[in-house]
Amino acid sequence: MNGASPLSGAAAIAGIGATEFSKDSGRSELRLACEAVLAAVADAGLKPSDVDGLVTFTADTNAEIHVARNTGIGELRFFSRVGYGGGAACGTLQQAAMAVATGVADVVVCYRAFNERSGERYGLGQADRAMDTSADRAAYSWMTPFGLSTPAQWVAMFARRYMHEYGATSEDFGRVAVVDRRHAANNPAAWFYQRPITLEEHQASRWIAEPLHLLDCCQETDGGQALVVVSAERARDLPHAPAIIRAAAQGSGKDQHMMTSYYRPSVSGIPEMGLVGDQLYAQSGLRPDDIDAAVLYDHFTPLVLPQLEELGFCARGEAKDFIADGHLEVGGRLPCNTHGGQLGEAYLHGMNGVAEAVRLVRGTSVNQPSSETHNVIVTAGTGVPTSGLVLGVDE
Amino acid sequence: MNEAYEDRLRAFVGREINPLRPGQDPVNQPMIRHWVEAMEDDNPIYLDEAAARATGRDGTVAPASMVQAWTMRGYAATAAPKGGGGFDDLVALLAEGGYTSVVATDSEFEFHRELVPGDHIGMREVVESISPEKVTGLGTGRFVTTLKTYHDQDGEIVAVQRWRTLRFRPKEKPAEKRNEKPEPRALRPRPALNRDNTFWFEAAREHRLVIQRCAACETLRHPPGPCCPECGSFEWDTVQASGRGHVYSFVVNHHPRHPAFDFPMIVAVVELAEGTRLITNLVGVTPEEVEIDMPVVLDWLDADPELSLPVFRPVAQEGH
Repeated sequence: MNGASPLSGAAAIAGIGATEFSKDSGRSELRLACEAVLAAVADAGLKPSDVDGLVTFTADTNAEIHVARNTGIGELRFFSRVGYGGGAACGTLQQAAMAVATGVADVVVCYRAFNERSGERYGLGQADRAMDTSADRAAYSWMTPFGLSTPAQWVAMFARRYMHEYGATSEDFGRVAVVDRRHAANNPAAWFYQRPITLEEHQASRWIAEPLHLLDCCQETDGGQALVVVSAERARDLPHAPAIIRAAAQGSGKDQHMMTSYYRPSVSGIPEMGLVGDQLYAQSGLRPDDIDAAVLYDHFTPLVLPQLEELGFCARGEAKDFIADGHLEVGGRLPCNTHGGQLGEAYLHGMNGVAEAVRLVRGTSVNQPSSETHNVIVTAGTGVPTSGLVLGVDE
Repeated sequence: MNEAYEDRLRAFVGREINPLRPGQDPVNQPMIRHWVEAMEDDNPIYLDEAAARATGRDGTVAPASMVQAWTMRGYAATAAPKGGGGFDDLVALLAEGGYTSVVATDSEFEFHRELVPGDHIGMREVVESISPEKVTGLGTGRFVTTLKTYHDQDGEIVAVQRWRTLRFRPKEKPAEKRNEKPEPRALRPRPALNRDNTFWFEAAREHRLVIQRCAACETLRHPPGPCCPECGSFEWDTVQASGRGHVYSFVVNHHPRHPAFDFPMIVAVVELAEGTRLITNLVGVTPEEVEIDMPVVLDWLDADPELSLPVFRPVAQEGH
């Protein structure tokens, strides 16, 4: 079943590979990238020399040439980067799918690797970064002199307003963390394997930036994740069942800022995610009812709620009830972050979530729902220009 | 320096300042082991009998330059010298001349035989020369040269050391270093200024909260930018804000703790009466008291000589 867009169904994810997820890899970021890329290529049943395209994040320190040279990939016909931090995650797959669909490249690997815990920690914020006269840096002038410098603080501003408008509470955010950690507890690859939490533990965890507790915040991780994109036709000849890319979209909203779009008439939604969702459904011809599972970007719990609303799984302001009713559990209406999410498994800037969506389509998730999983929606970073995917079973 | 002082110094030349006295311990393997480990000297003749014999020796020997170690006076005497000996008299006389600091500059050894475990070494030290005052990079001082002779248990000389130190007056430290004050408080993060935003921070230094206005369609905008999103005009001016507004949202920061701020600290998005919003700090209010929609009024924070920022306080506190 192909959707209305020529992109829908043209490409598939044929391989996934990752390093271990740790707090101190003891290896260079480039080595992590090479390990993840080679693991993904092997998982796809391909050789490094088959790869002719690489895509990563502008935030990644491992340029395509270094990865290609070290892994023996050789010539590249397509290389591209996607910006805006974790908003890039699904965007890299969109780049790859477009390249494959148009014949620009045959085998494109998307990757992200960093020592985000033992090296440069994003959670420490922007306060003391070097200044220049670029528009990106000048934008921080409206935040950092006032002490608003970290991702947790930026998200907390949205969260407070969302609580005010919809009556959501810290416990409503906490339920997202509890679900993630419950799923991570079953996942041997997760940092928080066998370590679930209770809502009481969430409530008792220390403040980071009110209304965010520590357990509302995702981990910081060292590691790498890569995914191999080929044409759907070629994927059918490779070892794993293809995860067909039914839709791949990016979105930047009106009056978009990096993490601080506080100047829009309303800040309780995520319009750029709405824009992504509309495109995903239009490309794929699917509706929210057709989506069987979700991997929703969870750097901080509060922004999972408006994602459910923007993507049409519930009405505005009702995500707290949707979650409290258990719909994100493995047996619920929309099993969510079955790998444990970035709160439970690892913070790989969303790329580990794309890999989990592939496993859900293959039927190999550690928390595989017993009901059939035909279509999985994946989202990338919230608060930033973002992206999304719908992956589906080949039918 | 007066002549009498010079004479007293000269009187030390040729004088014995340390009489021959046996070291505290005989030459022994445990101390040799500590020494070669610290010096990273892995020559096997110091610890391995067989290896030493293979070189034609009778057994292990002590490292030659360790001879000084066998006669050192030890920790207790170094930490609390008993005083009274010729050495201490010389140190006291040098201190009287202001030469209170010391640095070793030369050590020339002549070794007569190798020491072996069981030897018991003593040392005698005689002043060879005391130089006139010299100006050095460390300060003004005198080179004091002594001759140390090392004797074994039979009185035989096993080594001779010419030992030179500089006894000097430490240079005066610059005044600002002597009266060190506690580190000033860390500055708030600097705004990254460019051609699109400098005007706003310059106005803030004059305690004026301005809002950028499109000169063509008069739409207000914040944060500022070079082009009007409503009409596309690059022409703009500013209006001065009334300073009245309300809390649109807020955060109470706990972690991480940037050293420029007191914690917990309140950061708010305030919506001005003019309709634009800005990120700011709230003052005169505790985190527990803040509420969304709370009316607030402009105040000014002079964070440091280069940075003034608009902050807001609850309206009820006006005039207090």
